[in-house]
Amino acid sequence: MISEQVARKTSLWELLRRRPGLQALVLLLPSLFWLIVFFAFPLLIVLVYSFLRRGPYGQIVWDFNLENYGRFLDPLYLKIFLRSFKIATLTTVFCFLFGYPMAYWMATRPRRWRNALLLLLMIPFWTNFLVRTYAWILILRDTGLINNVLMSVGLIRQPLPLFGNDFAIIVGLVYGWFPDMVLPCYAAIERLDFSLVEAAQDLYANELRAFARIIFPLSLPGVIAGSILVFIPSLGAYVTPDLLGGAKSVMIGNIIQNQFLTVRDYPFGSAISFALMTLMLIAALVYFRVGGRTL
Amino acid sequence: MGESIAVEVRSVTKRFPGPGSRPGSEVVAVDNVTLQILDGEFFSLLGPSGCGKTTTLRMIAGFEHPTSGEIYIHGKPMGLTPPYQRNTNMVFQNYALFPHMTVARNVAFGLEMRKVPKEEIERRVQEALAMVRLDGFGSRRPNQLSGGQQQRIALARALVNRPEVLLLDEPLGALDLKLRKEMQLELKTLQREVGITFIYVTHDQEEALTMSDRIAVMHQGRILQVGTPTEIYERPSCRFVADFIGETNFLEGTVQEQEESRVTVLVDGLLPVIAETDHRLPRGARVSVAVRPEKIRLVPEPVPGEHNTFEGRVEQVVYVGTATLFRVRLSPNVSLAIREQNIISTPDSRAYSWGVGGQVHVAWLYDAGRVLTD
Ligand SMILES: Nc1ncnc2c1ncn2[C@@H]1O[C@H](COP(=O)(O)OP(=O)(O)OP(=O)(O)O)[C@@H](O)[C@H]1O
Ligand SMILES: [Mg+2]
Repeated sequence: MISEQVARKTSLWELLRRRPGLQALVLLLPSLFWLIVFFAFPLLIVLVYSFLRRGPYGQIVWDFNLENYGRFLDPLYLKIFLRSFKIATLTTVFCFLFGYPMAYWMATRPRRWRNALLLLLMIPFWTNFLVRTYAWILILRDTGLINNVLMSVGLIRQPLPLFGNDFAIIVGLVYGWFPDMVLPCYAAIERLDFSLVEAAQDLYANELRAFARIIFPLSLPGVIAGSILVFIPSLGAYVTPDLLGGAKSVMIGNIIQNQFLTVRDYPFGSAISFALMTLMLIAALVYFRVGGRTL
Repeated sequence: MGESIAVEVRSVTKRFPGPGSRPGSEVVAVDNVTLQILDGEFFSLLGPSGCGKTTTLRMIAGFEHPTSGEIYIHGKPMGLTPPYQRNTNMVFQNYALFPHMTVARNVAFGLEMRKVPKEEIERRVQEALAMVRLDGFGSRRPNQLSGGQQQRIALARALVNRPEVLLLDEPLGALDLKLRKEMQLELKTLQREVGITFIYVTHDQEEALTMSDRIAVMHQGRILQVGTPTEIYERPSCRFVADFIGETNFLEGTVQEQEESRVTVLVDGLLPVIAETDHRLPRGARVSVAVRPEKIRLVPEPVPGEHNTFEGRVEQVVYVGTATLFRVRLSPNVSLAIREQNIISTPDSRAYSWGVGGQVHVAWLYDAGRVLTD
């Protein structure tokens, strides 16, 4: 009996040792379980919902159709989609314009400074996101910090329209996702072999051309990673437009929120969510293709 | 070629802020160096690690600027001229090939920056690749090449610009010994063909001797001696040079008398050794005589005429293939390292008959010894 048990035990071990595939499966089991239950399954629900219809009282009607996706073409939604794209794109561009030089500066400081600088960059972001967004209201609104200061020095008579529009949303988003641009750029630049820059200068490239031909192309994977990390959450943002955009400036995220919580049109909300996710997936794939090629 | 000066380094000193970055804690990397490098010359900077070779080269390239002194390239003072406005090119120790460009684009880089017409770039890149025997590798990426091939691409990338001066910082340092030897010859041949001035940094004395027209030996930021390989090897100016280049016996003693360039030095109070010097030496001065191990012969009898010859006892015999190394004691405080070429290969050849403990005579020509005063 005992010897048989031992034999079975060892044979299980043996089996695992001989079959690396089985080993991997055993190791993956817990996370696989997690992903299926809390990610794949809800996603499937959303996908299925997106092809159904809303009943008169907000319930789900099992009537398979493509109408939810057809509603995207409604000029009302189309305009919001386009605006969301515009805002996410501008956010990404500004994050890059401010973030890349900052990443470059940080990555070229003496080594002992760099970690401290990274920490300084991160510290503000330990504060709650909502609190930080509220702070922007206090800065941007008509009676906010900027307008108060400008009016009291007499530079302007009327408050500048800084709040309750796309500008405010972009400011909030750029601020919110700034580190997500800086960090990948920093990592890429820090990893760069600066003797390549010397080599370029030795080959008659001035500082500008050495940057354009060597530093920038070699840090491009970082820029692309940063852009995706900024673009995707900006496109789906809803807290920032909700708080800073006012009633006029609405983004995709707000519609989704609206469909689920106010209108209670789950199928349409699901369809928008799913379309958004598909777009993001495409963006990520593009990144991996481009990143894989240049790395 | 001619005798015109390609690069002149005039009283150049370079100080770096030290680790504490306090005013007092500066590192003097290059200390009042003066050099004249001729057109078309293969000139080596040779010295141990940290002696300032790279710093000197980087100042010529324009990556660093002298704290004091001036560098002239073909008579023009360089001042703060940036590297991209100097007609020098550098081959980096780690090659520094651009990983995101093909080999051909790497080689074309300098020409593109100088706005050379497209067809000419094409042609010159092909020529340069052919010159380093890598034609057909143009479309590869640097990481698809072996170390030796990358080295040659780095060379082609610099030479394609036809610089006035090519600067090489231990370009063969990363290669294995055999490839290194091959590349030494290849580089030397290439330099003769293109006729460009090469300034070559190395800490490998054999490499410097093999390749150079002239060598400058550096130590702690200073130039100790400049000369042809023969001069450096045969007539070292100081103890450091004699010791750093090849192997040397140092016999300590005092000057007894001098006749022209010939000095008699009493070594260890009992061995009168005759050797050469360029200086006037006062009687009683403490000096050392440097003698290369391969210049000393083991002989059965004292050798008459023009030879220092002494009796001694064999302490050690080491067979190293091409030669046999002996250690022979002449007096309680004086022993010599001697290198005998293994001319005869039979076991009972002469070299073997001097076994450990055997009484022998040693002999070397007066000319073979150099008197060093430091
Ligand atoms: N940028 C720098 N900052 C501070 N000190 C430096 C700097 N560059 C070089 N040094 C110091 O200057 C001295 C000479 O350095 P250099 O690199 O010229 O030596 P090297 O002869 O090329 O040595 P190796 O054979 O090891 O390359 C060294 O003591 C080095 O630590
Ligand atoms: Mg060096």
